[in-house]
Amino acid sequence: MTDEDLPPPAAGGFGRRRFLGYVLAATTLTTAAKLSIAPSAEGIVSPQPTDFLDLNDLMTVAALPTSHLITVNVNTDGTVSFALPRAEVGQGITTSTAMLIAEEMDVPLDRLRVTLADARPELLFNQLTGGSNTTIATFTPIRVAAAIARLRLLAAAAAELGVARSDVTLRGGVVTAPGHTGLDIGELAAKAASSRTEEVRVTLKGREDFTVIGTARNRVDALAAVTGRKTFAMDLQVPDAKPTMVCRPPTINGTVRSVANAATVRAMPGVTDVVTIATGVAVRAETFGQCIDAVRALQVSWGPGTAEGKSDDDVIAELRRAELPMGLPPLTPTVDTRFTFHFRSNSALETNCAIADVSGGRAEIWSSLKSPIVAKQKIAAKLGLPVSAVTVHVTEGGGSFGRRLFFDAALEAAEVSKKIGKPVKLMWHRADDSRQGRTHPMALSRVRATYLGSSVLGFKQVHTSVATDLGHGLGEMITALAASIPVGDLAFSETFFQLSQTMPYDFGVSNRVLNETDKGFNTGSMRNVYSPDMTCARELVVDRVASRMRKDPYQFRRGSLRSDRARAVLDKVAEAGSWGRRLPAGVAQGIAFHDEYRSMSAVLVELDCRPEAVGRTIRDAVTGPRVTKAVIAADVGLAVNPRGLEAQMMGCLMDGIALALTSSLHLRDGHFLEASWDNYFYTRQWNTPPDLQIFVMPPTTGDPGGAGELGVAASMAAVACAYGRATGTMPTTFPINHGVLSFEPKPTVPPIPQSPTDGLQHVR
Amino acid sequence: MPKHTFRLNGRQVAVDVADDVRLLWVLRDLLGVTGPKYGCGINVCKACTSHLNGKAFNPCAVPVKDIGPTDEVTTIEGLPDTVGRSLHPMQEAWIERDVAQCGYCQPGQIMTAVALVRRVAAEGRSITDEDLDGIRNICRCGTYSRIRDAIRSGAAEM
Repeated sequence: MTDEDLPPPAAGGFGRRRFLGYVLAATTLTTAAKLSIAPSAEGIVSPQPTDFLDLNDLMTVAALPTSHLITVNVNTDGTVSFALPRAEVGQGITTSTAMLIAEEMDVPLDRLRVTLADARPELLFNQLTGGSNTTIATFTPIRVAAAIARLRLLAAAAAELGVARSDVTLRGGVVTAPGHTGLDIGELAAKAASSRTEEVRVTLKGREDFTVIGTARNRVDALAAVTGRKTFAMDLQVPDAKPTMVCRPPTINGTVRSVANAATVRAMPGVTDVVTIATGVAVRAETFGQCIDAVRALQVSWGPGTAEGKSDDDVIAELRRAELPMGLPPLTPTVDTRFTFHFRSNSALETNCAIADVSGGRAEIWSSLKSPIVAKQKIAAKLGLPVSAVTVHVTEGGGSFGRRLFFDAALEAAEVSKKIGKPVKLMWHRADDSRQGRTHPMALSRVRATYLGSSVLGFKQVHTSVATDLGHGLGEMITALAASIPVGDLAFSETFFQLSQTMPYDFGVSNRVLNETDKGFNTGSMRNVYSPDMTCARELVVDRVASRMRKDPYQFRRGSLRSDRARAVLDKVAEAGSWGRRLPAGVAQGIAFHDEYRSMSAVLVELDCRPEAVGRTIRDAVTGPRVTKAVIAADVGLAVNPRGLEAQMMGCLMDGIALALTSSLHLRDGHFLEASWDNYFYTRQWNTPPDLQIFVMPPTTGDPGGAGELGVAASMAAVACAYGRATGTMPTTFPINHGVLSFEPKPTVPPIPQSPTDGLQHVR
Repeated sequence: MPKHTFRLNGRQVAVDVADDVRLLWVLRDLLGVTGPKYGCGINVCKACTSHLNGKAFNPCAVPVKDIGPTDEVTTIEGLPDTVGRSLHPMQEAWIERDVAQCGYCQPGQIMTAVALVRRVAAEGRSITDEDLDGIRNICRCGTYSRIRDAIRSGAAEM
């Protein structure tokens, strides 16, 4: 072992512990992190599993044994490369990762080249992007590898210059020593390399020395994004991978019985192939436009799907039947309410898509994948190939919101390519993505709060949901650890639920229960998973209890929150948002709190429910109540990139507004009606708050918590609470406009609409 | 197969393709110009927004036969050349405000913004909240607030 010549570590304190890593045998400097530090085990006995170990502790534990395989490479051109074993889908982790390396190496941020690693089965559980866990899990190992690279560069420079180690310094990617011209790290990349793999001990920078971490930085891919050069899966030019689409059934997961006119369609202009696959009838053509024509021309006889004949009310009835009993009502006063949350879509702007080239006993896949290892294994199994014969490239994703935890398009692309023996560029139509894509399941949340005088004695929440599909690796990861966590033998989803949900208020005896039913829907973990619905229901009841007690909603929360960090974010939004200021009738404030991922968030909104706001007319749109002002405070322990965190909070707010007011899927006769962005009413410019303030709290814990999903729950809840206060009626069905169908549904046969031809009439 | 020719980002291009193929697919699938994105194919999401003779349009809704030999199609790739710089002021504003998250919708957002500023200027006024409220481009990451800020600052530099 090489023990680098370092000062002894300071006793305790953040970032001063020594860590082991590797220098790997390579021709240019390659370093890797070896994790040897167990996660902090501050186990405080408490009835809440989340106090033992929250979901992120669990994921980091799972990541520990294999994280040493992540490597930092110093290149001869002076750049530093790192292949991140995670998916970048807009959340900014390539930027924050580059910042971690730049910080520890003392190289400029623009020297960093962070790419996305191919699927690496040897990483086991450590290549899953979810649970807002990326920075939590990688914060230390990435810095360890970078710190070792810095030490090796300094040692190589000292040897090269013939000076003492104490005389060389590395700043801005250049090593300097008194009396010598600077040596760029590129010049040292080969000299600092090792001919054998060695263990190295290293001390990480202390927080007081940070000059990159914690500073606001723009995204490393900003230029690529604004010039159109950022490359998504469908932008890749893979030879002969021609556009491919699938003609899908008119009901959810319907099956192909027969195709009446395959030969005719195969002879259409541009069409090269027509083939039946597990999920429909695939067509390959010279252009996607010709795929659309072919899909629309196909005459397919369809078998029933997995939700045949069902409509919203049928599922609500199923959920009611599955609801676990609340127990006998107590003798003390109670607030007892049931909330309904309709199906919602996590469809991203980039629809499900993948490129596949399957031939000669091998397969190559390109797609934005948050669980690429499971994708690789499942694709190999479907193709009957050894896992080693399948290469899975992770491309930059055009949004995820949980959608890319699954690999539906990659599986289809592999199947089509194998069947026709040609490469394919497979893309779902928007209508497919909306109607057959994964959804946030419909759920009922029953809440009972019991109180006496000014004390809440108990708070029970029974959440009953259409089953959430966790079959993308997260489930396996949790199962592998289930024996070591104190939640007994709960199912995946219940474990996830218990680990992610908290009771931040001192409300006496509190408990939460999840029960799931009906696996007939294509579901998944939508951004923030159970929390938006759970928190929205809870916060509305908090408002109701406060009202019964004649307490101010802010002061009541403030007095009930269990931690100073929690009170700090709540105070911040109350102060910055002028909580309690006079507003016209029909306009009200709402305030809400949510903690998860070792982070805290609070949101204050003002919602205008007056007729002039609700009655705004915009074609093919839902205007409705307008959030005119929003104030968000987030304490993530340590924000690696505050500007990126602000961006995530902004997106979370837009999600929360949509979840509370406008966006849902309507189930009718076994299919969802929505097939367009003018059917599914995600927040649009006319729904955004003209006044938005986001506060990133100063570092508290010193370690980064999760951030990408954090703000959705409190945003949705704050809007819901504001709606209740503005209208005088607590909303109990979400989104509030679900009962009104605000569009003309498109046909289900053919399954996708034709593109218009009148574009020149709308040039402006 | 019919031959179609038009001007694309300052160059005359030609493609052999059926008359009714929408321009978006001609750009993306045949010419390899991938800045304009597919988000719906029905002129709703606006991710493919580009310029036709300097005005915003959506190539997903225009058959290639409707584009004439002298028509100038500008995609995000050709936007900087319209001002003879390496970046258009609106792109610079976008970078300055760190607008993009996933970035998928942003070429369309920028092309919409540039056309909006030109239209408003032609009307002899400046951008209003109502103008910004009227932008239909979807951003599923929810970057709307930064888009609004960037349009105002980009407009000041145009």
